[in-house]
Amino acid sequence: MVRDLSTDFCGLKLKNPVIPASGTFGFGLEMADSFDLNILGGISLKGTTLEPRFGNPTPRIAECEGGLLNAVGLQNPGVNALVSEKVPALRKLYHGCIIANISGFAVEEYREACRIAGACEGIDIIELNISCPNVHGGGMAFGTDPRAAAEVTAAVRTVTRKPLVVKLSPNVSDIVAIARACEDAGADGLCLVNTFLGMRIDIKTRKPVLANRTGGLSGPAIFPVALRMVNQVAHACSVPVMGCGGVSSANDVIEMMMAGARAVQVGSENLRNPFACREIAETLPQLMEQLGIEKLSDIVGCV
Amino acid sequence: MPSISKIRLEILSNLPVTHNCFRLELGGDGLPDFAPGQFVQLEVPGKYLRRPLSVHDADNERIVLIYKTVGEGTALLSQMVPGQALELLAPLGHGFTANACKDRTLLLGGGLGSAPLYLLARKLIAAGKQVNAVLCFNTAADVVLQDEYRALGVEPVIVTLDGSMGIKGMVTDAPLPEHDFFYTCGPLPMMRAVCKTLDTPGEASMEERMGCGAGFCYGCTIQTAGGPARVCADGPVFRKEDLLW
Repeated sequence: MVRDLSTDFCGLKLKNPVIPASGTFGFGLEMADSFDLNILGGISLKGTTLEPRFGNPTPRIAECEGGLLNAVGLQNPGVNALVSEKVPALRKLYHGCIIANISGFAVEEYREACRIAGACEGIDIIELNISCPNVHGGGMAFGTDPRAAAEVTAAVRTVTRKPLVVKLSPNVSDIVAIARACEDAGADGLCLVNTFLGMRIDIKTRKPVLANRTGGLSGPAIFPVALRMVNQVAHACSVPVMGCGGVSSANDVIEMMMAGARAVQVGSENLRNPFACREIAETLPQLMEQLGIEKLSDIVGCV
Repeated sequence: MPSISKIRLEILSNLPVTHNCFRLELGGDGLPDFAPGQFVQLEVPGKYLRRPLSVHDADNERIVLIYKTVGEGTALLSQMVPGQALELLAPLGHGFTANACKDRTLLLGGGLGSAPLYLLARKLIAAGKQVNAVLCFNTAADVVLQDEYRALGVEPVIVTLDGSMGIKGMVTDAPLPEHDFFYTCGPLPMMRAVCKTLDTPGEASMEERMGCGAGFCYGCTIQTAGGPARVCADGPVFRKEDLLW
């Protein structure tokens, strides 16, 4: 039997729900010569800001049990390079859903970057990143307060008709309140979760391992928490949800969809296995067969 | 970007070469061609991230990596035995530009930086170039690869920081043979001294804490004359004039 892996997300038809998460797959081109990217349902590009950014000093990476911390700090070439170079180059090779992840430090900056990205033909979805924990005075500051989250969502909503998906931070006491605020402010979808704020210390030097002191925790360690949050938000909101956080196998994708996700992002796993998303997409039909699932979209939110 | 493979290889040997360095030889099918200075991301069972290790030597059937036990990951690696399998990603990064050298080259290695320079020496000699090597170590007990360089017909000048073997001091304290191009790999202070001291053109292989090793995560970025560069994907080898010390 032919298994149907397709999923609808904000009116777009994705061939499968598997999407490399922002920051874990560059601008999509790094693996273009190693495998055919068209097996991926979508690709979320590296977080981009209005102006180019160098990001944080190194070390930016710290390993831990079941994952890693990163404090890259939104290194990117700026939104103009995104729309004039990165997206057109990827679009030549890739026919699936291209997601531009946009971050910023002020409402006006978010709005201008989203206006520029929104005018780019090759971009299918704008992912509004209000959850980066590794920059000061922006990013996550917008994602931890319902009023600020609503303000930036509403501001961006006025400059693009493209599907607007807000990427939420898990570093909050009530993620449902933030999710509802974004939905009410005009978000077409939600993506959760970004990384958890964490830290490691080098016991020999008595200093933080990361130059930024703290960083975002990702990897299998966060999967159960991300799953719980996806489940809560998917049942509380009516817009579609992309599940993200510690997903590393086809099994995890099924769990995320059962929890309520219509599409699933794979993050850290790409960093240790750049073929992870292809392997997951290839494994899904077998797992569906074992579980008696004909149509993947049938299981969305069954739990 | 060049094509990357994920390959599973068998451990042929994993033996100490000094008090804290091991020589790991892996064999199997599907090994790609390696340019000197390229590296692999090696799986370490029980650790989340792979470990980036530069290629010391390689052919179609085997690959040799030399590593120092610096933390938990490399300590675990040192306990692995022949017959066990390890997965790696390869080839990664941009290696040395071997044809940048016209006739006479100088290799300047610091510690295990001497390992990737060995494969370069082998390729340069095969291309008919004259190769001289100056290798610097902390102390006599850390000296590695002297015999392997000799087997290529290169008598390396040994320098130790404490003077316990060869010339005492830094690599730049040795009388440096005439050359038209140099290649260096070692600790950053050593490479900085080399690049600032020598007025000849050259290349240096940089090191930085990595996440993915394949250009995705932007974890290992350094600032260069050409703008921000990922050590893993845009390097690890950079031209002297591109490096900002």
